[in-house]
Amino acid sequence: MSFTGTKFFKSLFAGLAIVAATTVPVWASEGAAGKEEKFEPGHLILHHVVDAHDWHFATIGGHHYTLYLPVIVYKPGQGLEVFSSSHLHHHAEGATAEAASHASAHTEHGETDAVDNGHSLAGKIVHNGYYLDENDKLQRTDEATFYDFSITKNVASMFISVALLFIVFFSIAGAYKKRGVGRPSGLQSMLEPIIVFVRDEIAKPNIGPKHERYLPYLLTVFFFIWFNNLLGLLPGGANLTGNIAVTLTLAVLTFLITTFSGNKAYWQHVFNTPGVPWWLKFPVPLMPAVEFIGLFTKPVSLMIRLFANITAGHIIILSLLSLIFIFESYAVGIVSSIFVVAMTFMELLVALIQAYVFTLLTSMYFGGAVADHDHDHAHDHDHAQEYEHEFGQVEAAKASTGV
Amino acid sequence: MGAGIGAGLVAVGAGMGIGRIGGSAAEAIARQPEASGKIQGAVILTAAFIEGVALFGVVVCLLIALA
Repeated sequence: MSFTGTKFFKSLFAGLAIVAATTVPVWASEGAAGKEEKFEPGHLILHHVVDAHDWHFATIGGHHYTLYLPVIVYKPGQGLEVFSSSHLHHHAEGATAEAASHASAHTEHGETDAVDNGHSLAGKIVHNGYYLDENDKLQRTDEATFYDFSITKNVASMFISVALLFIVFFSIAGAYKKRGVGRPSGLQSMLEPIIVFVRDEIAKPNIGPKHERYLPYLLTVFFFIWFNNLLGLLPGGANLTGNIAVTLTLAVLTFLITTFSGNKAYWQHVFNTPGVPWWLKFPVPLMPAVEFIGLFTKPVSLMIRLFANITAGHIIILSLLSLIFIFESYAVGIVSSIFVVAMTFMELLVALIQAYVFTLLTSMYFGGAVADHDHDHAHDHDHAQEYEHEFGQVEAAKASTGV
Repeated sequence: MGAGIGAGLVAVGAGMGIGRIGGSAAEAIARQPEASGKIQGAVILTAAFIEGVALFGVVVCLLIALA
């Protein structure tokens, strides 16, 4: 026991050392890159939390390691346009020269001048009439309407996670097809307990006999959120589940499935709640109004919970790291590094808990939508029966032992 | 200023909530140690709810601070 304990701690510290060696210099060098300017933690944190058109991994020795992602824009009347986001960025060396050449090329084409629109485009690189504003958002110089379908950092990260999920789960599905249920091996044995947990602890108790119909969605949501939370914790990872558009989509899916699988009893609960005094329903439909609003607040709370938890986790870790560059002292550096490691472990736990909570609440909403009859009465009845059953057994046991 | 006060209040509320959960859970496990698994599940879930509410507050404070 003690031997395995020390082994565990040794490997834990080795892992920590690797994490520290890879993570901290990345952020540190980013802080150092702007040493001429004042260090702005707010700007750094926001830059890490929001979406971007390029994927910046690290700046080591003044060299940026960045993956420029494609910009895909659709402008009505002009059609689809695809170009690399590197056209919109300053490059490490000769940035001003490049900007100048871009600007001159831009004016040679005879497109609208920046000053005409009352915009200050100083220091911005314009390509085909598009530029990135302070928040890394794509804008047009002539303010025309356009639709941005770009593969941003979050989209790219989602593609990676989807590919990962496909590889993992198709290999598991293949293994079940080949070997059947029984003796799992490899990846299968790692994830089978989690899949069974989602089925037996989340879906079955909350949805009831119809749970198998909803399992594919619940498992997809669980593993999508969990994998993306974990990918977001990697150094240089995108903050996908901390993007409100992503959590909105997940919440809307839950809302749609709940609404479309709602049975008669569900809608009766919403519009004519049983067991409620009539004066709460008749002249002023107070109860129906509350229930109707409740239909929408449930998915909204799902959306905000996941978004806020993941984003707040990233912000806390980055704030603790920023302390090092604010105070510029070794003591603060050591203390806040320890805090960062602790917070990262906490976030590993939060990644799983948030996937669990989202799936659990989703299955509770599904359960409410498909429940056949009044939930509470059914439960009371079941418990009473169970109790009688047990009580009967005890009596029988007493009788048989002659107590 | 407002964001700072708000964040403080959020921390107070969340602290009270999670403190109550922790206290009740410790009591419950002391009374019925064999049910500790079920109690732990309930604790994590309830704590996640309170954390969620606290983070709603944090997000609002952040919006105030950044706006």
